[in-house]
Amino acid sequence: MILGLIRNIGQASLSFMAAVGKISLFTFAAVRWSVAPPFYGHQLGRQILDIGFFSLPVVGLTTLFSGMVLALQSYTGFARFSAEDTVATVVVLSVTRELGPVLAGLMVAGRIGASMAAEIGTMRVTDQIDALDTLSTRPMQYLVAPRLVAGTLCLPLLVLIGDIIGVLGGYLVGVYQLNFNPSLYLSRTLQYLEFSDITLGLVKAAVFGFLIALMGCYHGYHSGRGAEGVGVATTNAVVSSSILILIANYLVTALFFG
Amino acid sequence: MLKNPSKIEISHLAKTFGSKVVLRDISLSIPAGQSLCIIGTSGCGKSVTLKCLLGLIAPDSGSIKIDGKETVSQSRTHREEMLRRFGMTFQFGALFDSLPIWQNITFRLRQNTYMSRQKAREAAADIVVHLGLEARVIDQYPAELSGGMQKRVALARAIADKPEILLFDEPTSGLDPITGGVIDNLILNSVRRLGATALTISHDMASVRRIADQVAMIHKGRVIWSGPSTQMFDSGIAEVEQFVHGHAQGPLTDEAILAAKTGV
Repeated sequence: MILGLIRNIGQASLSFMAAVGKISLFTFAAVRWSVAPPFYGHQLGRQILDIGFFSLPVVGLTTLFSGMVLALQSYTGFARFSAEDTVATVVVLSVTRELGPVLAGLMVAGRIGASMAAEIGTMRVTDQIDALDTLSTRPMQYLVAPRLVAGTLCLPLLVLIGDIIGVLGGYLVGVYQLNFNPSLYLSRTLQYLEFSDITLGLVKAAVFGFLIALMGCYHGYHSGRGAEGVGVATTNAVVSSSILILIANYLVTALFFG
Repeated sequence: MLKNPSKIEISHLAKTFGSKVVLRDISLSIPAGQSLCIIGTSGCGKSVTLKCLLGLIAPDSGSIKIDGKETVSQSRTHREEMLRRFGMTFQFGALFDSLPIWQNITFRLRQNTYMSRQKAREAAADIVVHLGLEARVIDQYPAELSGGMQKRVALARAIADKPEILLFDEPTSGLDPITGGVIDNLILNSVRRLGATALTISHDMASVRRIADQVAMIHKGRVIWSGPSTQMFDSGIAEVEQFVHGHAQGPLTDEAILAAKTGV
């Protein structure tokens, strides 16, 4: 029984290391081909539209209601020790440093990570990736590189817009429900906000965008055969990118802490 | 049996996936301008042979020569140069879903020659008309076409760049006999017009009879017979005769086919 347990742990460790190695090689190749010509501008444009533009409603709604809830919850807490006037500061710092990038990242992971894995996975099982190869086109350059670049560029922009909408949500609740003075709320919002708070959120967003695109492409590219294989690839892409977002969130925060 | 000079020369090709031996010893030779069909039961190694030829799968051992030049273990750059000489149709078309037909057909042309959008559309329209489709098809997407039309578009994409070597993976599978016959004629005409060397994988014996000069049968990862297509019905080998006549009874039992598939 103990030998069986050790064997299982050993097998799991080996599988984990093999997966890490495989993902590392894929990442290296993807980054390498992202900076080497030819560049597929049309593909990049399509991905920017898909990730940046079409994700805007989802990210906007998520950050709007998060900002609203945050204003209500922080007001409830701070009212207990007469610190209600810090609500605007708490909302803006929480949204820009934490909620904006993480919530946008998770929403985009669900929407875009799944779609990338499903699209590339379907291309894998229908031989379209092999067809690309036989047409003298590197699939890494044509399929993966534009998605990686678009993910890394678009998520910070999405988060920037999401930050503004989230703060607006807090403002709406603060002014119209909690009866804060509008100009006081705005001045409190800007008073303690530093440039580094926004850049930290944007750096996180760029990292999350990279991870979402990487996981979507990786799992799609290595999709198993048939509809089941594509389904598994899609699930794995969303789960792994969500987990990596949460891990990377801590690591980036720790790096910039202080 | 096959005359030299060989355009494609495959020697002692072997490939194993884990414990599954798919190719044991494949040797084939296709003279320039000839059309060879590979036949065999499902899972016998036909598609793997084709993928090894294209460099999509690296064989464990053996040699593949194109015009006498070794292609196994060549660099990525050399492989890309080699692939420019190939045109290929896949079993299920493998057309790019997200691109309209004209972009599918001129995909490589536009990569290699930076052809303008207008010229590419005109070139695509010329090719589809030549293959019996209406020119307006070029603005449609693959999902909007029937199976037979998709096969024609796949053929159009394969021949658009006028390749020296054409590979066809099950070109008539899933088609009715009439459409299959039309596709065979188009393949035959395209190969003749381009003076290309062709390698086809097929289960469809009517199709094999129409398009092949030579036939090779693979069984359990080995070539068990090869010769002119006119002789395939009189090969004297039980497995080949059972396969080409489509008899249920014979040495190719379900167990034998399963054994070939599992590489036992």
